[in-house]
Amino acid sequence: MTVMKRLPIPAAAPALLAAAALALSGCGDVDDGGSASAGADKGGKTLTVFAAASLTETFTSLGKTFESSHPGVKVRFNFGGSSTLAQQIVQGAPADVFAAANTTTMKTVTDRGAASGQPTVFARNRLVIAVSGSGESKVKGLSDLADRGLKVVLCATQVPCGSAADKALQAAGVKVTPVSREQDVKAVLTKVRMGEADAGLVYRTDVRAASGQVKGVEFAESAKAVNDYPIAPLAEAPQPALAKEFVGLVLSQQGRTVLTRAGFEAP
Amino acid sequence: MTRPPGTARPPAAGPDRDRGLGRPPWMLVLPALLGLAFLVLPLAGLLVRTPWSTLGTRLAEPQVLEALRLSLVSATAATGVCLVLGVPLAWLLARVPFPGARLVRALVTVPLVLPPVVGGVALLLALGRRGLVGRWLDEAFGITLPFTTAGVVLAETFVAMPFLVISVEGALRAADLRYEEAAATLGATRWTTFRRVTLPLVAPGVLAGAILCWARALGEFGATITFAGNFPGRTQTMPLAVYLALETDPQAAIVLSLVLLAVSVIVLAALRDRWVNA
Repeated sequence: MTVMKRLPIPAAAPALLAAAALALSGCGDVDDGGSASAGADKGGKTLTVFAAASLTETFTSLGKTFESSHPGVKVRFNFGGSSTLAQQIVQGAPADVFAAANTTTMKTVTDRGAASGQPTVFARNRLVIAVSGSGESKVKGLSDLADRGLKVVLCATQVPCGSAADKALQAAGVKVTPVSREQDVKAVLTKVRMGEADAGLVYRTDVRAASGQVKGVEFAESAKAVNDYPIAPLAEAPQPALAKEFVGLVLSQQGRTVLTRAGFEAP
Repeated sequence: MTRPPGTARPPAAGPDRDRGLGRPPWMLVLPALLGLAFLVLPLAGLLVRTPWSTLGTRLAEPQVLEALRLSLVSATAATGVCLVLGVPLAWLLARVPFPGARLVRALVTVPLVLPPVVGGVALLLALGRRGLVGRWLDEAFGITLPFTTAGVVLAETFVAMPFLVISVEGALRAADLRYEEAAATLGATRWTTFRRVTLPLVAPGVLAGAILCWARALGEFGATITFAGNFPGRTQTMPLAVYLALETDPQAAIVLSLVLLAVSVIVLAALRDRWVNA
């Protein structure tokens, strides 16, 4: 392998490209379940929260609030696809709190007795049509997505945003042939943002977070496919007391304000 | 691939070739066995959890066969593209001195270093509908590559090509130059020499590289889902199907992984018997 010996010169090139690409795509939602572990950090306590990718912005902000009101406590997040997180919890990942993007994935956790008590719905999210932010789009409503000349991307049926999309389209009686069924909602957003797709169904909060680059088109049928976000402290939580307090913060008025600002609705 | 690509074949290859060299030292045998165990253990984990009773019905699902067919077709096509472009590139690097060769050699390894998802984004920026080259392709010919099977082949080619180039370049550097010089003194052009002398000489290295390349393409996930998306029958290869099955039905994901594994092991073993040990 003569090639390997001479590698050092442009070692920075891929790193630069990587940074640029990540900044453009916002595709940092690859889960890193393995790195999340609870335990003592320099004598302090660490609270580990597993939360749906769509909660990244709001929960990060709430985590900071929690840390400042609990000196010595560090909040660590594992954001990812709800179903993946649920699998990790069922397989014994050390987590204190789980917040999912729909009730079905929470059920896989409660069915195994991995949650402590009943989960509480703390927010609701609805779908909007994301179209490119530049220029005028011809997409005005859900029925426009049936146009075969339009490149539409949806979430895969296996993930919450995909089943919600199917439900909304079915309620509207619109038949859409997507060019791709993406692995999560951020991937759909990326395809629209980069101009590869003309339109995609994403959550209202995602459009809010990417404002300027994509525009959201609201549609009436989204009321038929509203996602409930449940949260629960976990049965095997290393920090059960802190877990309850964090859930309390999310459910509090302060939590509601942060969530509403991001585009979530009250349950 | 017991031998590094391109190294000369020992004259007495066979089970008793190390006769007279003494017993294998434990300093080598122990780490070798540990290494083997480390590689095989995850496989054992898969096998233990396999839902054998429902294996048949799961395999009969049309989506599984579709994904498998697409995986085999696209990995083979990607290997073909890698051979057509990668062998000449390796030859250039090994035989023609030019300024900046070291830089080019390092650039060839970029796809190895790049996380595949980032590779997919880079491909979108280059060949997407609004990409550097893709925009022109779309305007001039109406060709858009993302969300197509051709896009899958491209993503796999991008990720797998370095394996071929590195293998073949290693083989070319290890090959005895005197054969090529002899051909030249006998009046052969460089093209004839390449076809009649160089290529047969490094054939084992090319084959080893092609096998690595194919295996890497078959397992490709990140660049494919990012660049080509996921649509059954068109861009959903086995790794993508496995990933999505994992979301809701981990048992199905295990079955799909096993199928992919079994098919690739069978193909690679058949190839080895056919060519490498011939």
